Amino acid sequence: MLASFLFCASQSMQIFYPLIQHFRFLAIGAFLLVALGCSQPSNVEKALEEKILHFGLGAEPQHLDPHLSTSVAAHNILSALLEGLVSEDPKSLKPLPGMAKSWEISEDAKTYTFTLRQNGRWSNGDPVTAHDFAYSFRRILNPNLGSQYASMLYPLKNASSYHQGHKAWEEAEVGVAVLDDFTLQLTLENPVPYFLQLLNHYSWFPVHRPTIEKHGAYEKIGTAWTKPQNFVGNGPFLLSGHQINSVIEVKKNDAYWDADAVQLKGIRFYPIEATFTEERAYRSGFLHLTQSVSADRIDFLKEKYPDDLHFEPYLGTYFYRFNLKAPPFDDQRVRQAFCLAVDRERLVDKVLKGGQLPATSFTPPGTGGFSPTPRFRYDPDSAKKLLQSYLQEKGLDRLPPIELTYNTSEGHKKVAEALHGMWKDTLGVEIRLLNMEWKVFLSSVAKGEFTLARAGWIGDYVDPHTFLHMWRSGEGLNMTGWTNNLYDGALQRAEMAGSEEERWANFQTCEELLAEEVPILPLYFYVHLTLRHPTVKGWHPTLLDHHPYKYVYLEKEDSP
Amino acid sequence: MSSTHSSSLGRDAWLRLRANKMAMASLFLLAAVALISLLGPLLCSYSYDQQNLDRVFQSPDTTHLFGTDNLGRDLFARTTYGGRISLAVGLLATLVSLVIGVTYGMLSGYCGGRLDAWMMRLVDVLYSLPFIIFVILLMVLFGRNFLLLFLAIGAVEWLTMARITRAQTINLKNAEFIEAARALGYSHLRILFHHLLPNLIGPIIIYATLTVPAVMLLESVLSFLGLGVQAPMSSWGSLIKEGAEKMDAAPWLLFFPGMFFCLTLFALNFLGDGLRDALDPKSSKD
Amino acid sequence: MRKLIISRVLQAVPTLWVIATLTFFMTRYAPGGPFDSERAIPEEIKIKLQSHFGLDRPLFDQYLLYLKNLLQGDLGPSFKYPEWEVSELIATAFPVSLTLGLLSLLIALMVGIPAGMIAALRKNSWVDYLPMSLSMAGICLPTFVLGPLLIYALSTQLGMFPPLGWYGPADWVLPSLTLGLFYAAYIARLTRAGMLETLQQDYVRTARAKGATSWRILTKHAARGGLLPVVTFLGPAFAGLITGSFVIESIFFIPGLGKFFVTAAFNRDYTMVLGTVLFYASLIILLNLLVDLLQAWLDPKARQEK
Repeated sequence: MLASFLFCASQSMQIFYPLIQHFRFLAIGAFLLVALGCSQPSNVEKALEEKILHFGLGAEPQHLDPHLSTSVAAHNILSALLEGLVSEDPKSLKPLPGMAKSWEISEDAKTYTFTLRQNGRWSNGDPVTAHDFAYSFRRILNPNLGSQYASMLYPLKNASSYHQGHKAWEEAEVGVAVLDDFTLQLTLENPVPYFLQLLNHYSWFPVHRPTIEKHGAYEKIGTAWTKPQNFVGNGPFLLSGHQINSVIEVKKNDAYWDADAVQLKGIRFYPIEATFTEERAYRSGFLHLTQSVSADRIDFLKEKYPDDLHFEPYLGTYFYRFNLKAPPFDDQRVRQAFCLAVDRERLVDKVLKGGQLPATSFTPPGTGGFSPTPRFRYDPDSAKKLLQSYLQEKGLDRLPPIELTYNTSEGHKKVAEALHGMWKDTLGVEIRLLNMEWKVFLSSVAKGEFTLARAGWIGDYVDPHTFLHMWRSGEGLNMTGWTNNLYDGALQRAEMAGSEEERWANFQTCEELLAEEVPILPLYFYVHLTLRHPTVKGWHPTLLDHHPYKYVYLEKEDSP
Repeated sequence: MSSTHSSSLGRDAWLRLRANKMAMASLFLLAAVALISLLGPLLCSYSYDQQNLDRVFQSPDTTHLFGTDNLGRDLFARTTYGGRISLAVGLLATLVSLVIGVTYGMLSGYCGGRLDAWMMRLVDVLYSLPFIIFVILLMVLFGRNFLLLFLAIGAVEWLTMARITRAQTINLKNAEFIEAARALGYSHLRILFHHLLPNLIGPIIIYATLTVPAVMLLESVLSFLGLGVQAPMSSWGSLIKEGAEKMDAAPWLLFFPGMFFCLTLFALNFLGDGLRDALDPKSSKD
Repeated sequence: MRKLIISRVLQAVPTLWVIATLTFFMTRYAPGGPFDSERAIPEEIKIKLQSHFGLDRPLFDQYLLYLKNLLQGDLGPSFKYPEWEVSELIATAFPVSLTLGLLSLLIALMVGIPAGMIAALRKNSWVDYLPMSLSMAGICLPTFVLGPLLIYALSTQLGMFPPLGWYGPADWVLPSLTLGLFYAAYIARLTRAGMLETLQQDYVRTARAKGATSWRILTKHAARGGLLPVVTFLGPAFAGLITGSFVIESIFFIPGLGKFFVTAAFNRDYTMVLGTVLFYASLIILLNLLVDLLQAWLDPKARQEK
């Protein structure tokens, strides 16, 4: 510091020679700056040569351990580094052979026998065997590990009783059996039609046993096994660099069994959280893909970047939770009034503008072939009447101000403000908007310290169950305080049902009950908004926003 | 004796200030901005939170003087509303920091000795505390309250005010008129508030005028973090932040609140400088 | 001088202890724990996580354990990113913020000091008003406006510099420029004020009377005293640059310590928050000491007293 100070002092002394000298100094400095800047080709331009995909990740993943991860960001990276028993078709997400080259399903649909391929390899050359999968399933179900997604494995027979600590592994007889080195048999509690799809979730991914044990990570969170120098995976890419909050880098894994099919040489993931910054990065050619797009920018981007802006259907519902444990939302009429007073069409057309669909049910229509009857609608007159009857009964003139809680985000704010307007106009209710940062928000909602709170749910697999199981009484994800035995019954019958018809019928009952008692206020079904550069090929819109990287390649825009 | 002495000093200062064209211009500008902000609701037919989803991102025209934002809200209404909020936060936070800081600094400087040393040590410790955490914590514990916002900011700014007051107090502590007062048997408290304080007014006013813009800047940074006023309320800080993001599509969103904000800060700083020149006997025109 | 250093070091220990304690209890008292997640963790798992991090023990025990680890230099793993140690994260992020801070300071000094000096020498002429007005503009424009403006002009439109990131030297330019110009404004004003005051001092008048030229006055006699306010400002300025760089780091997507720190606060990442606070506090104490030493060296009066 002293040196720089002296340097500056001496520089400033030169001013009082003819001013030209001063300008000369600044001119040199400016020239250097410009030289440094001007000659840079953008990432996207360089990528055609380098074959590196620059991906906007949207958030820094909390863990790179598949048994501890919980986020979409984690999925994006883990699907490059690891592969499960099955993989997915890049267009339809249909299950394709992954580590397992084939499988047999028993008559009663409760037993799956997988034959693993012989040439599956970990990145250090070790073969991938059935033992690896058994070890991995045991690890994630281990209660001492504290995995948040262990419940994804509950379809396995006895998995839940092992995970909940009632029995030891051997005693519990969890439905995982290694018949030989390359044959794995999984037994389920009940038939699960979407089981093979489930296997694409990272909670079902294998981990490399020697690496885990070397770093003492079997039961322990937060070890060094996921660092680039230690990570061993069986997927198309290797972890080659990880600078937290800056970039995660993966390079092609030549030991991968299908390495010949992989055209990308590497991927760089940038965990940019601010949507606006991501957009800026995209427009400068820094990124090939963004994670999201701000609703406010849609009109502008439609005009300037019509070929890059994509609206892709996405399996998710944006909704608000009511707190049924306190007035006024303990009364069904008030909830229904609020629900009927929302003009979803207007919300979607004028505020969101992303081609989102108004939510007429909780489960998005067409999920796995299930189409719920549209029940949520806009009816301001009925809304007013319902509210009136409530107010009259309670002897009130109007409702006291209602607090609407949401986690800090421009998008949520916009929706909240729009609804604030709608409820004020139709019901004359004063809504107080309260934005909280994420952690405080989650905590408040989980503790029931809210009146009305924003929420969203993205499906983990393409089946209505992923949406409807949330509202079971006492379910952790419920958080509204709503309990309904009929609902629980219908849900359970759907889980144990033998035919698709039976499942659909019970799911319809569930939706009906939701629409009647309105513990939640569905607003719209998600659309995945993204900017994608035309040189990215082999990338197809899918409901779960899964894009297997081995089919992706980069090619000049005007190629046929 | 002291009363006639200070009034002629005050008058001198006022004359000096009047002669300073920049300072006077700033004063008028501030008055104008404050007036427009206060009268906003009268001047504009829209309310700051009135949405019109059919007229989003309109550029300025006859119906919307400053244009509209992403929800079709009138920007003039929001800017004047933001002005009320930002100015209120600025003034109130400065007031808070003034009251705490001056009292603390006077006491510390006057008492001297170990009490002074300990009090200043506390100030040093607080200086090292991360401001953000402190404010987040306050916002979170007591709810997102507008009143809390200026309390939190004021509670941070008092540190520098205390330091300055203490320095001045130490300077004046041994001046003749204080010694005279002590010899006359006045109580310490009286000395502090009747004799010392009036002579500190000069630096206090100067520093207060310069604190207001600092506070307003701080508030704008908090808005940037999402800790400022709650939607749909707006402060200049939150308006500017939104405007900066959309400046290529809707430059008016940045321009108008930005102009108001910058001009106000400009004026406050020039006024502060002017006051310093006017009240500080050491300065002289070369 | 030695006395000063020793007394400061002795002062530092209790100060740091107080800071550690205050921050520890503040973060624990705030609602929202590090393990709240949208998936609503079942109680048993939450308990596991909490016990892994020692959060199930009584608060005071946690506090003692924390102090004990601290003395051994162990800041613990980050709560939010358990696969990383806090010290690891600080070690990665701090050099980034330091570089940003130093570059910005360099720009600030190189632009601010000359501007302030010229303005002081040619007081009340256009050479005074112009830079001073510009610098006033600099102070009044928040960095989160200046930044995007510069990005828009130099990056999006002219394509001269990368829009974000911290991956190579080209990335350093825009962020340092934004932050540097902002501080240059302050420094220009301080330099001018300090120079003005020094130029009226007796010893400068004497030198003038003796026939020294403007330039000689400036550098030999006035500079030391005149730059004193700048030096006083340097300490907090540098500390402010490093700790308050959050806004710049956000806009430009720079993995600096400022951004880490604020994100940690939002995430209730207790260990990260505590680690960063202590790190900053130690840094500020060190900087203040350096600045005081520098001041003592510069101030002619102080030197004479010695």
